[in-house]
Amino acid sequence: MAMRARAGGSPGADPSPTIGARLLSRLLVPVVLLGGLAVALGAVSLFAGDYLLRIVIIIGINVILVAALNLSNGFTGVFSLGHVGFMAIGAYAASILTLPVHLKAVNLPDLPRWLGGAALPFLPATLIAGLIAMAVALAVGLSLMRLKGAYISVATLGFLVIVQVILVNWDSLTRGARTFAGVPPYATVWNVWIWAALTVYAVWRIGASAFGRDMRGARDNEIAAQSLGVSVLRSRLLAFCLSAFLTGVAGSLWAHFITSFSPKSFFFTQAFSIITMLVIGGLGSVSGSVIGVVLITVFSELLRNAERGFDLGFLRLPPLYGASQILMAVLFILVIVFRPAGLLGGREIDVRGILRRMTAPRREKPKEEDL
Amino acid sequence: MSGGELLLQQLINAVSVGSLYALMAIGLAMVFGILRLINFAHGDLIMVGSYVALLLMMAGLPFLMAAAAGTAASTIAGLVLERVAYRPLRGAHEIAMLLTSFSVTIFLENLAIILFRPTSRPFAAPALLRGVIEMGQLRVASLDLIAIAIAAVLLLGLTLFVKRTTIGIAMRAASQDLLAARLMGINVNAVIATAFAIGSLLAGVVGLLWSARVGKIDPLMGFNPVLKAFVASVIGGLGSLPGAVIGAYVLGGLEILLQGLLPSALTPYRDAFVFAILIALLLFRPNGILGSTEREKI
Repeated sequence: MAMRARAGGSPGADPSPTIGARLLSRLLVPVVLLGGLAVALGAVSLFAGDYLLRIVIIIGINVILVAALNLSNGFTGVFSLGHVGFMAIGAYAASILTLPVHLKAVNLPDLPRWLGGAALPFLPATLIAGLIAMAVALAVGLSLMRLKGAYISVATLGFLVIVQVILVNWDSLTRGARTFAGVPPYATVWNVWIWAALTVYAVWRIGASAFGRDMRGARDNEIAAQSLGVSVLRSRLLAFCLSAFLTGVAGSLWAHFITSFSPKSFFFTQAFSIITMLVIGGLGSVSGSVIGVVLITVFSELLRNAERGFDLGFLRLPPLYGASQILMAVLFILVIVFRPAGLLGGREIDVRGILRRMTAPRREKPKEEDL
Repeated sequence: MSGGELLLQQLINAVSVGSLYALMAIGLAMVFGILRLINFAHGDLIMVGSYVALLLMMAGLPFLMAAAAGTAASTIAGLVLERVAYRPLRGAHEIAMLLTSFSVTIFLENLAIILFRPTSRPFAAPALLRGVIEMGQLRVASLDLIAIAIAAVLLLGLTLFVKRTTIGIAMRAASQDLLAARLMGINVNAVIATAFAIGSLLAGVVGLLWSARVGKIDPLMGFNPVLKAFVASVIGGLGSLPGAVIGAYVLGGLEILLQGLLPSALTPYRDAFVFAILIALLLFRPNGILGSTEREKI
């Protein structure tokens, strides 16, 4: 355990290799990050107004969605356009489970009795929703993950259409194209961000693990990876299923935040916005995902306010619904042309390195022969 | 109506739908063959042409002139797209181009929503296109026959163009190997622009036929048909022109067949079945029916 090499660790970083110090330095980064996050969230939930609180929750949900998408699209290079389908499955499955019984009798009178007569708490419903999304991913992934590049993208888009058609037509479960309303507003800053932190941690650990190396190997050179004994199908499928689970969870959180939605909520606009965040942050970089989410969520929120029209005193702008999407699309194309690898270019922000540099003056400089 | 007539009726239906898919799939396949670009925005070219034609008709222009102007508008829009959005990405990764075309779609659709309102508008085709020809008990919409005839003429012309003309041959060379074609002195930019122009022109024609068929147009009208045309070109093998046409007719037949065979409770799920069959097919023929089976060289 003590001998395990750290990913990207530089020699001579730990001058005192006692177990206690090692443990401390290992725990330092997660503790500092989580502590900072907890303080920030505490401050937000105490002092921020409703609007800011909403944005912080949306950012948390988007972090899960984008980190999960990164697991499949960024690590394995299998570019799924259909992940919103898993989000939809998670949202509908969890909402059907948590909807209060008296609302089920009104809104979903045709539910089978074992579903209609009970309402589950948030956590089990969310977990079940994630597992259902994962099971669906396994079923479609067994064939989809054998395809190549562009074919996968088209086929996953086909998957999204299938999900849409089923949602619109399975009246007894989904109310069809009508709005599914009355979902209890269980999502809070805390449970959303606990899921977000867990997701980021999980995706980051998977990326650094042997599985993650298999995935990236299969992405960068399929034949070379196969010749070294990597099962391309297995690593892609694993990433796809885990990613679908997390996306389903995010769907459940989103449903219990927004509380009413329809199949339309889970179509191309949503798919495009998640993909934009991922690509702008940089495929394959977990910290890039987080940065992409924060930038795009805040930016699109500002634009959304602007497109309602505003008055500058001398100049009155009429509402232009859709203008924010247009600007987003232009921004996206500019990023792809001028910075095709995204803002972080697939690298990670090295928190440990930054902390080390900040604390360096208090430590002894590593000796030359250590290097 | 006897069984034979019913079959004939459905066959005409299938061929007519298949013809529209074929004209769209060809435009997609041409561009993909050369650039490896999946052009989602193809559907929006359909939308652009239909709106231009409709607005001109509302301004009082006769249908044929409005239709010609609409087709021209589609073609110009396609050329502009190529120059502005896709040419800067020459040589970029397949996925980068795919995402760019995705954002071009978002751009154009929202622009159309702002310019033309999100609600649909009636598209009144002239009487010639709305007629019904009765042969015995057989009732065939004249639009179906016209669509089939137009598709046949265009496909024949395209075949001659690709096989006989210099630029057509250059186009096939470029789709085999872009770099080698460039080394042989082929003006690759001109070839790509031609491919876009032809594809967009076909999109304009399809737009008019489609709008006349559906009877209304809206800013998102292009997405669904083009998604189907993708399916068609994937069935045939992405990038292969004959494959795209075959895939389109197979898809047209499949849709009509499902419409007839599915129990009425399941007919709303038709599109789900179409895509499920696509996924299943890809499992057994990952490169489509006519796609290249060439192995990747190390």
